[in-house]
Amino acid sequence: MKGRPKGLAPEVEARPAVLKVRGLTQFFGNLRAVYDFNLTLHEGELVGLIGPNGAGKTTVFNLITGVYHPTEGSIHFQGVDLVGLPSYEIIQMGIARTFQNIRLFSDLTVLDNVLIAYHPHAGYSLLDSFLRNKRFQQKEAEMMAQAQDFLAIFGLDQRQNDIAGSLPYGLQRRLEIARALATRPQLLILDEPAAGMNPQEIDQLMELIHFIRDRFNLTILLVEHRMRLVMNICEWMTVVDFGEVIARGQPAEVQNNGQVIEAYLGRQTVDLK
Amino acid sequence: MLNRLKSSTGYFVLGSLAIFLVVQILLSTEILNNFWRGIIFWGAAITMVTLGLNLIFGFNGQFSLGQYGFYAIGAYGAADVTYRWVHDDPSGIVVVLSGILLSLLLYALVSTFLRRFHGITVMTKFSAYLLVTILAFWLAVQLLLPVLGPVTGTLLGALPEVVSQQIVFFIALVGGAGLAGITSFLFGIPVLELGSDYFGIATLGFTIIIKVLLDNTDTILPFPEMKGARGMIGIPQWTTWPWVFGTFMFVVMVMRNLLHSSSGRTILAVREDERAAELVGIDVNWAKILPFVMGSIFAGLAGGIRAHDMAFLHPQSFNFIQSFNPLIIVVFGGLGSMTGTILTGFIWIFLLEGLLRLYLPPGFETWRFVVYPLILLLMMLLRPEGLFEKYELPFLRRPLLPLRKKVTPKELEEVA
Repeated sequence: MKGRPKGLAPEVEARPAVLKVRGLTQFFGNLRAVYDFNLTLHEGELVGLIGPNGAGKTTVFNLITGVYHPTEGSIHFQGVDLVGLPSYEIIQMGIARTFQNIRLFSDLTVLDNVLIAYHPHAGYSLLDSFLRNKRFQQKEAEMMAQAQDFLAIFGLDQRQNDIAGSLPYGLQRRLEIARALATRPQLLILDEPAAGMNPQEIDQLMELIHFIRDRFNLTILLVEHRMRLVMNICEWMTVVDFGEVIARGQPAEVQNNGQVIEAYLGRQTVDLK
Repeated sequence: MLNRLKSSTGYFVLGSLAIFLVVQILLSTEILNNFWRGIIFWGAAITMVTLGLNLIFGFNGQFSLGQYGFYAIGAYGAADVTYRWVHDDPSGIVVVLSGILLSLLLYALVSTFLRRFHGITVMTKFSAYLLVTILAFWLAVQLLLPVLGPVTGTLLGALPEVVSQQIVFFIALVGGAGLAGITSFLFGIPVLELGSDYFGIATLGFTIIIKVLLDNTDTILPFPEMKGARGMIGIPQWTTWPWVFGTFMFVVMVMRNLLHSSSGRTILAVREDERAAELVGIDVNWAKILPFVMGSIFAGLAGGIRAHDMAFLHPQSFNFIQSFNPLIIVVFGGLGSMTGTILTGFIWIFLLEGLLRLYLPPGFETWRFVVYPLILLLMMLLRPEGLFEKYELPFLRRPLLPLRKKVTPKELEEVA
């Protein structure tokens, strides 16, 4: 990559890097899923990761969040090396993610879904919960109130006692994002947040993404197929194909990049003129 | 203080007190004879075992056939403590108690030590904890027993027998449950990493191992008093209704409080979606080990209660066929319903071992085992979600937070 993409506001450049991925490589047997992948995210950026199906986007996410451990390469988050850490520790350090196909705790209530994400910050021990002492009562009440505030931000507070699986699709997405944010992240990774949404829901989603970025001071990395969403909200993007980065830049640049068009549509073999 | 108690709590406390008193009166006046006394105690024991299984399978989603193994460990462990005490040997008390306490202490040290490293394999972890456990019990036998043995003997001997007997029984119950807990912890570290089905097979193997070991307690294990496959006799019959009721309520309360806490929510989360739970920052291994150990402790407690009621233990009553009983009860009552388990557990023993045994014509007793698979089949066809589905008594139900009044966006900004 030749320097930073053009046209970025200088103050973004000056901000400290949140996530630095260097030379990330992942093999599944002989299949090369990701090869020499580099990415730097600065505080407050909103970056898209796009590429055709099977290009290795989700694998990158899984590598960052410790679901897989990379064959090679390094991932630094706020200066700490993440390689080899278990997922839950990575999440507790401040990276949150959503899933391509929604994975809520669907038999539990909306409120429980958020409360589960609060667990590392519960502030009382197992013994406290057996004894039901004052500390337990107090911390539990605090958690509940916080979770309710939180749901209110996402307009889900009136449905807190609904079973999560019974919510309409758009709200389930919303809840999944809310649950991810309840882990108090600095970096949010969204895996195809617009999958299965209609245009109107996508508009709402774009609003939501902008809103949460400002509200929670987040850095956001997202994978998406819907070009409308990506082109509209991402500041710059990285395009991968067959596990390799093939282009970087602002949406408009990427859109006209020959390699990208080739990756999505195939090579032009016959000159039709 | 009193007005702060919720009405559901009040009803629950009053209801259980009433049950306690009624049964106590019926037992004291001998309206319920020894046969029915045995049925009630047995029902309570089975229900405790099954509550443990419900915690593991129903609430945490880990299919386990190991409950009877832990039940056996609790039974034999507790029985050995009291048996030795009755034969003027306090070694059971000292070794079991100090061994468990030492192990817990060393576990705390090991876990803080292991936390410094990343990427430790399961087997390393397992070996570390296993070694530490062996060390703890070795220390208990070699170092602590010669010192504490005589001391414990004289101290307890100085008390009137009624008192010392209760204390020893208490220690025996705690010891049996503790042994079951420690075993399940060690067993759970490597095995809970497997998926639910594989875990089920592994726990089945565990039950078989325990049964085989119990068959050979006098030959390959150093416990001649357990008498191997001939069955252990001479266990003091100390289980009384207050003890049964006390342990039963303890199990119910601990389980309820656990499930209603933040850790309880992580247990449910693991059942719903393990991967998602891990990716909202939950230590999934811990969220699986915790209910597994708790459930095994419940089984161990039940074992102690049962052993001191029957006064006779035989390895055959802990074979793997038996280990399907709690599984059947838990599915019958409804996975994830404490109320269902409690009622079904008692009804199960009451019907199978009580009514049918008494009222089927002689020679037809064995028909019980034709009747109940039939009921089971019908049940699975007609109501696969279990008798009580997810129903809970109000006291056992996880409370729903009342909705707040709708907040306007402006007020929201103030919250922020």
